[in-house]
Parts: sequence; C-alpha cells; structure tokens
Amino acid sequence: MPEPFVSTTSRVISIPRANIDTDQICPARFLKITDKNGLADALFFDWRFTPDGRRREPVSFIDEPHNAGRQILLVGDNFGAGSSREHAPWALRAWGIRAIFSTSFADIFSGNALKNALLPIVVSPERHAALLALAAANPDGQWTIDLETQQVTLPGGDSFAFEIDPFARTMILAGTDEIGYVRSRLPAIEAWEATHPARVDTREAAPTR
Amino acid sequence: MAEKPRTLFEKIWDDHVVASESGAPAILAIDLHLVHEVTSPQAFTGLRERGLKVRRPGQTVATADHSIPTLDPSIPIADELAAKQLRQIEENCREFGIPFHGRGSPTRGIVHVIGPELGLTQPGMTIVCGDSHTATHGAFGALAFGIGTSEIEMVLTTQTLLQRKPKTFQVRVSGRLQPGVGAKDIILALIAEIGIGGGTGHVIEYTGDAIRALSMEERMTVCNMSIEGGARAGLIAPDETTFEYLRGREFAPQGAAWDAAVARWRALPSDEGAAYDRTITIDGEALEPMVTYGTNPGMGVPVTGRIPAPADLEPDAREDLARALAYMGLEPGKPIAGQKLDVVFIGSCTNGRIEDMRAAASVLRGRRVASGLRVLVVPGSQQVKKQAEAEGLHEVFRSAGAEWRESGCSMCIAMNGDQLEPGQYGISTSNRNFQGRQGMGGRTFLASPLTAAASAVTGVITDPRTLPGVVSQSAAVSRPATVEAH
Repeated sequence: MPEPFVSTTSRVISIPRANIDTDQICPARFLKITDKNGLADALFFDWRFTPDGRRREPVSFIDEPHNAGRQILLVGDNFGAGSSREHAPWALRAWGIRAIFSTSFADIFSGNALKNALLPIVVSPERHAALLALAAANPDGQWTIDLETQQVTLPGGDSFAFEIDPFARTMILAGTDEIGYVRSRLPAIEAWEATHPARVDTREAAPTR
Repeated sequence: MAEKPRTLFEKIWDDHVVASESGAPAILAIDLHLVHEVTSPQAFTGLRERGLKVRRPGQTVATADHSIPTLDPSIPIADELAAKQLRQIEENCREFGIPFHGRGSPTRGIVHVIGPELGLTQPGMTIVCGDSHTATHGAFGALAFGIGTSEIEMVLTTQTLLQRKPKTFQVRVSGRLQPGVGAKDIILALIAEIGIGGGTGHVIEYTGDAIRALSMEERMTVCNMSIEGGARAGLIAPDETTFEYLRGREFAPQGAAWDAAVARWRALPSDEGAAYDRTITIDGEALEPMVTYGTNPGMGVPVTGRIPAPADLEPDAREDLARALAYMGLEPGKPIAGQKLDVVFIGSCTNGRIEDMRAAASVLRGRRVASGLRVLVVPGSQQVKKQAEAEGLHEVFRSAGAEWRESGCSMCIAMNGDQLEPGQYGISTSNRNFQGRQGMGGRTFLASPLTAAASAVTGVITDPRTLPGVVSQSAAVSRPATVEAH
C-alpha cells in the first residue's frame, strides 16, 4: 500500500524532449522481474549506458551529479507513450521521482503513475515554456508541489494552481488505493452480474446458453 | 420518443457501467481479462498479500508470449529470469484457477492472436489485458484496451475497472486500397498524419469503405496500432465479416445461443447521426505502402518517399527528428527505398496471423532472401504455425533461407533472445520502432508483411509493387479459395 503523499519540495530535473516512450523510461529487458525490485537502476538505462555497458559521455540527465536526489521531472509533450508497463512509473518512483510536469501524458502512463502516487501535472504550452526557461536560468531553485492545495510554488515565490483527477488526488492524499473503494461496492457489481450473464467461460468451450 | 443516437463505443460503455458516482470514475464491468507472464506477477502477489481471490476465473485466460523463447520447446530456457517468470505464470494460474495456455500447448500464442482465434473475443465485450496492444480486439467491435499491473490486480479481484469516459474519434478511410497496399499501410499513414499523441484521451472508431472491405485479420492489424496513435482503444463495427470469422470457433456461442448473440451484435454499430468528438477522413485510394524512418511510429513515409530533413518541419519538431535521424544513422532527403538491411522480422500481434504468413510467403515463394540477411518468421500462435505448415508455408520460408520459429512476441519486444544487435538495421512487421525496442542500439523500420518480404529478397527497403507478380498475388492472399480449418 502506498504512503500518504501531501507535498514535496525539491529541485527539478529538466529533460526537454517530446514523446519520451516507456521503452526509454524502462527498457523491456528489465520487465523479466517478478517483483518491483531493482528498477531504479533500469530508469532511462539505454540513455545512460552504451550497449557494451559503459556509462555514456557526457552522462545522461539523471546521472549528472547535481541531479541526484531530485524528485521533480520537467519533460516534453506526450510523456510515457507506448507500452502499458507499470514498470515505467515503478522505475521513476524507485529512483525518487514524485512529480512530472509536461504539456501532456500518454493515457495509460498517466493512470499508472497516479496509482503509484507519482503526479503527472499537465501545464499549458506557455507555462511549460516558462518553466523550462526558469529551470535553465535557476537550475538549483526549489519547487514546491502541494497536492492538498493543488498549488505549485516556484523559486522566487510565484505560484500557480494545477489540475489533477480529483478521485486520484483523494486516494493519494489518504495513501490508499482503489481496490478497497471498489470492493466496498461489491453489491453493485453483483447486481450488474445478475442481469448480465458472462459472455464466455474460458474454462469451457462452446457455451450453448 | 426517439433515443439519442449513440456510437458503437457509447453503446458498449453504457452497457458495462456498474456504478457511476459523482466525482469518481465509473466502475466498468470487464467481460474478458487476458493475462500474460510479464505484467501479471506483481498483481498476483498483491492478491496474495491481501488474501483476495480471482473473482471470475472463467472470464480470465492466460498464456505465455512475451519472454518465451521461439526455439523448439524441447530446448530448455536459457534465460533464468524468463524461466522463472514462465514458471510463475503457470503456478499463479494453477493457484487461482485460471485456464493457462502454456509452453507445449497447441493453443498457446500471442495473447492478442489467441483471443480472437479461440473465439473468446466477441463483439460488444469489454476486454482488458496488461498490454497496450489489447486494442487489437477492437476489430470485433469490442471495447478493448491495455491496463497497468495495478489495474490487472483490480480486474482479477473485482472483474471491474475504474474508468473515466474517453472521447470518441472517428477515422473514416474512404475508397478502395490499391493493390500492394494493406491494413498496415492504413494505420502507419494515420499515425504519420495525427502523430503518436494524436489520439490521446480518445477511442478511435474506424469507418468507411476501405475499412469495411478489410478481412478480420486486416482489421486487427489496424486496431492493434491504435495505441501507436495515442488512442487506448480502436473499434470497428461488427458485420457479416465479423460473424463469419467467429462462427464455429471453439469459444464462440453455438446453436440457439449463436443466433441470439448475432442478433445482439447487429444492434451494436453506431446509430445514424451519432456524434463523434472528432472526425478525420483518409483517402484510401491515395495510400501507398508505408515505412517508418525514425524512432516512433509516427515518423513514417510512403515507400516511394524521402527521409524528411529537419528544416522541412515545424521548429519544435526539428530537434526530435534530428535526434531520431542521428540514432538511425540516416541521411535527410534520401529516398527511404534502397536503405540497407541486416535483419527482417515477420511476426507479432500486429502482423503474425495466417494471412500475414501467406502474404510474406507469396513474395518469398520461389525466391531467395538476400545474402547475409537474417530473416526471422515467427507465427503469432501455435495454431497459426500449424495452419501455415498445413499450407506448406514453412517450406516456402525455409527454402528461401528464412528461419521458421515457434510462436511468441519474439523480436517485437526483444525479451526472449530474438533481437537486433547494436547498430543493425531491421525491417519489421511489428508495431514499435522506439530506440532499443528490438534490442539495445538496434534500428527499426516498420512496414507491412509484403514490404518486409520484398525487402528480404533484395536486402534493402523495397516497394513490394516493384517485384514481379507481387501485386497480383497479394490481392488473392487475404481470402484464399481453401477454407481455413478452425
């Protein structure tokens, strides 16, 4: 079960690229695990290492020494495109990332991120450009993201409100997940099932009902 | 009073909403849950930790496809992690009572190939799987989409999902496709037009004469790559083609139940006058065979076209293209045809079905693959493999110098040892050309089975229409005179 999350204050890692797909975030060969361990090392692996295993020169974004321990990513449009692997948000969380700013996120990634208390924060293209400029001008400034008040406070004191799915917000603030919520509505599921007979039985071929 | 006209999507959605509370996502009932070895282990662990059961094992089915070797099943699995993952799916299925089509089973295969071929995928259903290519099943007029592992756990234990209602996006493909142009070319052309985020937040419904004329397998190819345009699901309204495909399949309804099902399915197509949030039209007549040049599926051009130059694009797309071309080692402005290849991969949930095998074989019959080229043909399922062998296609591939393998995802996702080496160029009938997708440092061109097979003959990217006899043969491939055994 996730821990409750209310706010974070951190410096930001800027990766100004669009369409960063889940094969970049967590390459498929790291999906052979049967638990969630070790994924911090898989994060952006192919950007960080050469095929023969040497660290690339210059080092890739998250390997820059000043970026160690930072919890906020600022990335280009359509982050998380591609596969449904939840290993992508798991890897980001394992490395320490708590929130990501972009102009848009891929649908499946966004849902997976919220289920892991990783905040996908959508900003307008104008705001995005301003944030990139700020991160470049003041790379070591502290940003605060408050989920309770849905406010971002930037170094220098400027702040703005952000939108997030209200249901996911409630879950993340409480540190709970959705299974308890749905299980508490089992009578509604049973009522639906009573009027909607199963279309197939995977255990038994050729139903004749 | 007449009801408001509804789209196919809205009908399926409305039929599956269990509860819809203010401020919360809807609770959506799931008719069929497909499970594979890679994204499910942590979900089963979650169930065990909470002491929960699988609510509807009879609406759940599992197979092994992603990390499974495509070598003969008598050869032990060399990769210990993959072997452990494959043992675990089997144990999880046994413990939770889920039917499992595992290694050695004649019905094993890529999850999106076996669902339809077993007749489990049916119109009007909601279908989910921990795999983004679940969109494939939308070809039957089912609402089918990929989910994460947390959602797998949710579906296993409640047979529902929490979902916000997506918007609708009609993609109309008009006219008649030219010979040598197929389903893969439609979808690659669409993604090149709308971009890989163009369908985000939407469910696509494919309509129009060019779509109606497609076989079921071709429709699956189109829907399969909806996610590559950012849409979680892609739908095609069921029709006689759909019913003919399903009739007599192992898990399809029989007898009176079949008639009742068909009557229900006939009510599914979008009503006249139903409104979509967005519509675009693609001229099917004008399409050509497509091939990608870059590092996402939206970076595609007709095979007669040229690799774009960054200066041709909008300023904010230039850097992306420059980075992609640097990774691919390609020169802007050069024709894409003629680009040298090291590997050809024919297979995957996009193009690993029997018609794809027939298309590739129609090109390779009586020809040889270019010298020095590795050509891997991987059927999408063991049933596809069996059917292909019954038709002698495996002999066509082998005589041409290609490898013929057991079924699986194989080089599409490069988790099982089938992969490009760093720097190699591969033309692939799969769905993703992301950096490293087919092996770290590997460079992928996406294309149709006809284009891939034609390129296998020449060793360079080749317009299949330039090979003698290919165009006339391709027209006959999707609907052969012989009846396929179910």
